[in-house]
Amino acid sequence: MNRPTEISQKLDWQFWISIPILAILPFVFPYTALATNVLIFGLFATGFNILLGYTGQLSFGHASFYGLGAYGTGLLLVKLKAPLWLGMLGGVGAAVLGGLIIGYLALKRSDVYFSLLTLAFSQVLYFLAFQWRGFTGGDDGLRGVPVAHVFGLDLSEPLNMYYFCFVFFIIMSYFARILLRAPFGKAIRAVKENEDRAITIGFNAQRVKLISFIISGIYGGLAGSLFCLHLRFVPVDVFHWMTNGEVVFISIIGGVGTYFGPIVGAIVFLLLHDIVQLIMTRWELVVGGVLVLFILFFNRGIVGYIEGAITSYRERKALIPQSGQTGGR
Amino acid sequence: MNRPERGRSPFPADLEILSGEVIPISTEVLLLQLFIGLSLGSIYVMMASGLSLIFGLMRVVNFAHGSFYMLGAYAFVFTLSLLGNFWICLIIGPIIVGLLGIFVEWSGIRPLYGTEEYNPLLLTLGLNYIFVDIIRILFGLGGIGSSVPEALDGMVNLGFMMFPKYRFFMIVAGAVVVILVWLFINKTNIGMVVRAGTKDNEMVQMLGINIKLVWRLIFGLGIALAALSGALIAPITGLVPEMGMFMVIEAFVVVVIGGMGSFMGSIVAGILVGEVIAITNLFFAQAGTVVIFVLMVIVLLATKAGLFGEG
Repeated sequence: MNRPTEISQKLDWQFWISIPILAILPFVFPYTALATNVLIFGLFATGFNILLGYTGQLSFGHASFYGLGAYGTGLLLVKLKAPLWLGMLGGVGAAVLGGLIIGYLALKRSDVYFSLLTLAFSQVLYFLAFQWRGFTGGDDGLRGVPVAHVFGLDLSEPLNMYYFCFVFFIIMSYFARILLRAPFGKAIRAVKENEDRAITIGFNAQRVKLISFIISGIYGGLAGSLFCLHLRFVPVDVFHWMTNGEVVFISIIGGVGTYFGPIVGAIVFLLLHDIVQLIMTRWELVVGGVLVLFILFFNRGIVGYIEGAITSYRERKALIPQSGQTGGR
Repeated sequence: MNRPERGRSPFPADLEILSGEVIPISTEVLLLQLFIGLSLGSIYVMMASGLSLIFGLMRVVNFAHGSFYMLGAYAFVFTLSLLGNFWICLIIGPIIVGLLGIFVEWSGIRPLYGTEEYNPLLLTLGLNYIFVDIIRILFGLGGIGSSVPEALDGMVNLGFMMFPKYRFFMIVAGAVVVILVWLFINKTNIGMVVRAGTKDNEMVQMLGINIKLVWRLIFGLGIALAALSGALIAPITGLVPEMGMFMVIEAFVVVVIGGMGSFMGSIVAGILVGEVIAITNLFFAQAGTVVIFVLMVIVLLATKAGLFGEG
């Protein structure tokens, strides 16, 4: 009976503090749709972070999940007139299935090969979505996604959509927190730290990586599914290599392996995007430039640096009485 | 996000002159397509061997390889408009881009040695955006045309069939470059250091050799090879700023099929991929792009590290 309290005790302040911050986000942001995008990209990056930050695998084809989620939901809603929950389930299901197949093949190679293979598979999906006009709408995108209603609430209303995404974001963040503290979380970190050692002490590293990849895909698929509902349209660009680049950018800027990293990264990315577009048309130059600067000089990301600064401050504080005791030696 | 290239097909479908046309398939057509595959293959061989050399020696995956291919094409066309001599520009363009590659290694990649293995990959991803956007600013969003020089225009009689002279030149140029690179790696002192470094970097350094300098040189060489591929293909495809994006992925597929770090693997896989694309285009043009990924999956399932990879 004490199991739920155990888990909630384990959730630290970061999770609880993120709820009120995200709840008021649409009121401090220039417009609500932007805040909704923060949640969608943040969710996508949270999944990416589980894979890169905690399992140590760099996927360069995460757009596959995002696109499968978006097209899965979109196609079910448009072609089969499926109910909302079924559409979303279908989107996430497509992402899981894709993750299983891509993960099985791509994980046959490790490290950078894995990155390139995931990229290659996302390119195949882009190609399919692009060429298969009759089914996906080709480069015109999939049009006619109906307005979704939840409990009588109209999701075309920006604030309703925001809080719809907010619920999913909080649930999935909570799930990520549980996952990382569960034995499985220890397993993925063991694989990240030293794969050979993890295998030696009995972990099936390959399976651990595959499961982590699929879980990461659930986040990507859900984010894609929400993106489809938010935009009421699926552009073929969801599979584009730029989408891969965006989630990598968000994660690196925010800080990999941190809880707040994906949210902060998404906020910075989207605000930067809006501000830059007011000033100039060449947005990709800024993305590339900022990414290069972060890789070269701040590769722990914004949140990584803040956390590092807090830790070193605490350590220094803790060290002062100790150094006083040993000073006499 | 707004992407200016939307609406234009990102796939180099115009690379093969026969794609999409309904032609009765005779031995002659098949032979012609095989030769076209070879000309395409020579481009893949140069791209993949550059990537593979760089990866084999310094464990850097150069994601900007496609951008350098694109820069090579633009550098070639730009110098051609200034100087007017096809042959000189075919040499100068890749040298300029190769020097840019050396600068990139010196300023960006060198500080990342010894950090996470994927950092250079992320850095070159960032460079990709920058290069593509700079070219868009300098040369505009649209494509630029380039034409085949007079000396290489028209058809050449190979004895058993007529073949476009320029494509024949691509095959010859590819073969010459591959032989030169092979001689460089296998018959020169620097090449010996490269081969030793691929096996064991630390040991080479312990022998008192400045391997960092060799790395820089090889990085420049790999980039110059990419630029040369771009310059060679420019006269038959035309130029767009995004032309390198799909190319780099195809080059990676070639490297994965051949085995990362294997020069021989790049040659065999490059020709194989070129041929497979050309033949698929003959029978089912829409699948030309997907089929190389299928080939890659088969190789992945059947071998441990590509056709010629070790371990």
